[in-house]
Amino acid sequence: MKVEELLTQTGEWLRGTGPSSHIVTSSRIRLARNLANAPFPSRSTKKDLETALANIEKVVAHIPFLKGATLFRMDELDQIDRQLLVERHLMSHEHASNPDGKGLLVSSEEIVSIMVNEEDHLRIQVMRSGLNLTEGWDIINAIDDGFAKEIEFAFLDTWGYLTACPTNTGTAMRGSVMMHLPALVMTKQINKVLAAISKLSFASRGFYGEGTQASGNFYQISNQVSLGHSEQDIIQNINGLIRQVIEQEEQARQALLLQNRPMLEDKICRCWGLLKTARIISSQEAIELFSMVRLGMDMGVLKHVDQKTLNELFIVIQPAHLQKIEGKKLNAFERDTKRAAVIRQKLGGKDV
Amino acid sequence: MLCDICGKKKATVHLTEIVDEQMSEMHLCEECARQKSVQMEQQFGLADLLAGLAQTAPTGKESKEGVLKCSGCGLNYEDFRKFGRLGCKQCYISFKEHLAGLLRKIHGSSYHLGKTPAYAERAQGGPSSAVAVTPPASLLSDNIEDLKKQLHLAIAAEDFERAAVLRDKIKNLEKI
Repeated sequence: MKVEELLTQTGEWLRGTGPSSHIVTSSRIRLARNLANAPFPSRSTKKDLETALANIEKVVAHIPFLKGATLFRMDELDQIDRQLLVERHLMSHEHASNPDGKGLLVSSEEIVSIMVNEEDHLRIQVMRSGLNLTEGWDIINAIDDGFAKEIEFAFLDTWGYLTACPTNTGTAMRGSVMMHLPALVMTKQINKVLAAISKLSFASRGFYGEGTQASGNFYQISNQVSLGHSEQDIIQNINGLIRQVIEQEEQARQALLLQNRPMLEDKICRCWGLLKTARIISSQEAIELFSMVRLGMDMGVLKHVDQKTLNELFIVIQPAHLQKIEGKKLNAFERDTKRAAVIRQKLGGKDV
Repeated sequence: MLCDICGKKKATVHLTEIVDEQMSEMHLCEECARQKSVQMEQQFGLADLLAGLAQTAPTGKESKEGVLKCSGCGLNYEDFRKFGRLGCKQCYISFKEHLAGLLRKIHGSSYHLGKTPAYAERAQGGPSSAVAVTPPASLLSDNIEDLKKQLHLAIAAEDFERAAVLRDKIKNLEKI
């Protein structure tokens, strides 16, 4: 598989199906693993990294769910290709910024991706549409077992899996759920909800993960603690919390409809109109408008929007994707114009 | 809108900063934003947070034996405090006394209760049993009465973390 080929698919995290997909876009589970007999990547020489990458590459063929997976070597990709992989949520910014000795394994459907030599030797990620951490865990657990048959991991009975950063030690597992919470934002309850989440030792982040701001009413909620609880317990806790947030969002949506239906419909339809006619649009604005259109679809206000098209747009309006489609480098202004054009074309906006 | 710093290029990055409870918004161009983010990382990162936590960990070895170093990768404990990243498996063993307190502060626990790699199960305890912080062997006991006795002892000693682990273990055994 080549990076270009990814452009023809949407990726698991925006497939738009699965349990509670009207509020939960996707669920992600990540496991960090290190080789027992090699220094962690930050203390490795280039040669150490190459050896670790080669050792991991050797065993991949025997691992479940990785048949047909592609290994991208970061130093063979240009900056736009690496950025594109970040935009598809297959790897971190950190992984794109310093390519030496780094690799990325991607399964054919983009369900599994494995960063090799990021902060830890292995960062295994499994993505599922909707609220589906349990299924994600089953897949990632099997992949992890597959690796453990061939590779000895850094592990201690008392402290579990050993990671470069002590905030990940133990299960080295992070489960995160991407939620679309427009009604909680509009009813100004979101801060209350986020405060409660952080009190319970869960983290909430923006659309692109660590260190990013929420955009378009999307919030990523994940566990903070990785030591002292089993993986199943952690997943159960996240599920419990997410179900409560879903309930709150549903109640807020009902309240909005009851209070002032025409106002809500007007707001949603104006966003729809903007998307179909705008000539210059930033990615931030686009995602905010998509959020309202999505809400309109979920609440039955907009009945003739194709969900698949909307999901595709979330991905293709991002900077590296636009440049890849255009086949050349674009500056910020050129991107904003191109973005508006792509949106108009996909949503069937007539040129007026 | 133009960039707040250079005033020349178009602002495409929008940043909210909170300094001393004062919230301010900044609108920056790509270039200035990149510079700004480097500055911010230097000012405040996870490393500092960890270093702050690690400072409260017991010291002792350093004063007697000079600089505390990992016997595996040679990482200096001071450098761990600065950057917040460990260098290899051996670091966890070399710095184990410092890390025990740190892990408890971060996670509220310092016992792993999750999965074990298949090969470690085969080796029955594996190569890792050498680093027991508190004898974990007792936790492996499947005798509920034993565990209950230990639970009472742990509560009496106000070791609530250990008590919680024992309680969960008992609960699990009772389910079976």
